[in-house]
Amino acid sequence: MVSDWVSLRARPAPKVSYSAMTELLARIAQRTDPAAFHELYQSYGPRVKVYLVRRGVDAATAEDLAQETLLIVWRRAALFSSERGSASTWIFTIARNLWIDRLRKEVPWQELPAAHAAETSPEPLPDAVVAESELQLRVRAAVAQLPAEQKRVIELAYLEGLSHGEIAARLGLPLGTVKSRVRIAYQRMRAAVEDLK
Amino acid sequence: MTITHHLGSETLLSFAAGTLPSALSAVAGAHIAMCRHCRDELVWCERIGAALLEGLPAMPLADAEPAVASLREAGPPDLARLGGNASNPILRLARDDFADIAWRRIGIGLWHRPLPLKGQGALQLIKAAPGAAVPEHSHGGGELTLILRGAMSDTTGRYVAGDVADLDEEIEHTPIADAGEGCLCAIANEVPTRFHSLLARLLQPWHGL
Repeated sequence: MVSDWVSLRARPAPKVSYSAMTELLARIAQRTDPAAFHELYQSYGPRVKVYLVRRGVDAATAEDLAQETLLIVWRRAALFSSERGSASTWIFTIARNLWIDRLRKEVPWQELPAAHAAETSPEPLPDAVVAESELQLRVRAAVAQLPAEQKRVIELAYLEGLSHGEIAARLGLPLGTVKSRVRIAYQRMRAAVEDLK
Repeated sequence: MTITHHLGSETLLSFAAGTLPSALSAVAGAHIAMCRHCRDELVWCERIGAALLEGLPAMPLADAEPAVASLREAGPPDLARLGGNASNPILRLARDDFADIAWRRIGIGLWHRPLPLKGQGALQLIKAAPGAAVPEHSHGGGELTLILRGAMSDTTGRYVAGDVADLDEEIEHTPIADAGEGCLCAIANEVPTRFHSLLARLLQPWHGL
C-alpha cells in the first residue's frame, strides 16, 4: 500500500488500524508477544513523541516519555478493555497523565482506563471490538471535518496543552467565544456518532 | 444516587486534554468517579484526543529493543503516581466518611477546610448547617462544586449528593444549604472567589474563601 515517494520521507509511521491495534494488544496481553509490542511501538511511539514535543517537552525527554508510555502499555495490556475506548484512547490517556505528572509536576486526577477495566469483563466481546473501532473511525472523521476555527481551539487544548484562558489570549478572542467553539465542536462530534450509541 | 447536574462539555474536554486547573480537575475526577454519564462522556473526549494523536506526523524514535531493555532495568512503572481516584483527596475523605476533619468556622453555620494541592486553583471542603447561606459571590474564573452530603439550592437549581455545579465567571449566586440536613461539598476555584458585600470582602482574608 505504501508508495515509494511516501517511504522516502522521514520515518512515516504506518496509518493506525484499530482492529489491528486491538489485536496487537490482545497478543501482548495473552502471550507477552515481543513482535506485537514492536509493531505497536512503531505505530504509536513516534506520534506520542511528537505529541509531547508539541506540548513543550524537549526532544530527549519526549523520547524517554514516549518509550515509557509504550512500556506501560506492555506491562498493563492484560488490563486493557475495549469498553473504555480503543487502544489509541488508552495510549493517549497514558501519555497525557505522564505529561501532567512529569512536566506540570501535578497529580493527574484522570483515571487511566485500566482502572475501570477491573470492574468489567476482561475478555471483550468481538462485537464490542468492532464497535469501538467504528466509533474511533467516526470520531477521527468528525474531527477532520470540523470547521477550521473549531479545529484550531481543539488542537490548542489537546496538542499544545493550553487552557481555555490561554487559548483566548493566543487567538485574541473573548473567553466565552473559545468556550462556545469548544462546546460546538464537541456537539458536532457527538452528533456524528449518535446513531452508533 | 440520582445525579442530574453534570459537568459541562467544555470542562470535560479540558479534563480530557489535561489542561483543566489542578483544583478543578480534582473535583471533576471525584464527580466522574460517581457518575456513569460523565464517565462515558469523558471517554468521548478522550477519543477526540486519540484521533488528534493519530493525526500527528511521526518523529524519529529510537528502536524499541534497547529502550525496553533499559526501562526493564528501571523496574516496573509506578502507576500509583499516575494519579486517578486512589490519590484523590476528596474521594479519600469520602471513604472515611469525612471523619476527623479539622473544620474552621467561617460564618454563621458555615465551616471550611482547605485541601492544599499542587498546581493551579484552590480546593476546599465547605460544611453548611441547614438553611445556612454562602455570601453572594461571583468568580474570577471557573468554579466547580461537588455535593458530597445533603443538598443545596441556588438560582441555577437544587443540587443533591453526587451533583456538580459547573459555573463559569458569568454567574453570581448565593447557594443555600437544605433545611433538612444541611450540605457538605467540595469547591474548586480557578482563582479566589469575589464576595459582594463589604463585610464579606473584609472577612475574606481570614476566611481564605
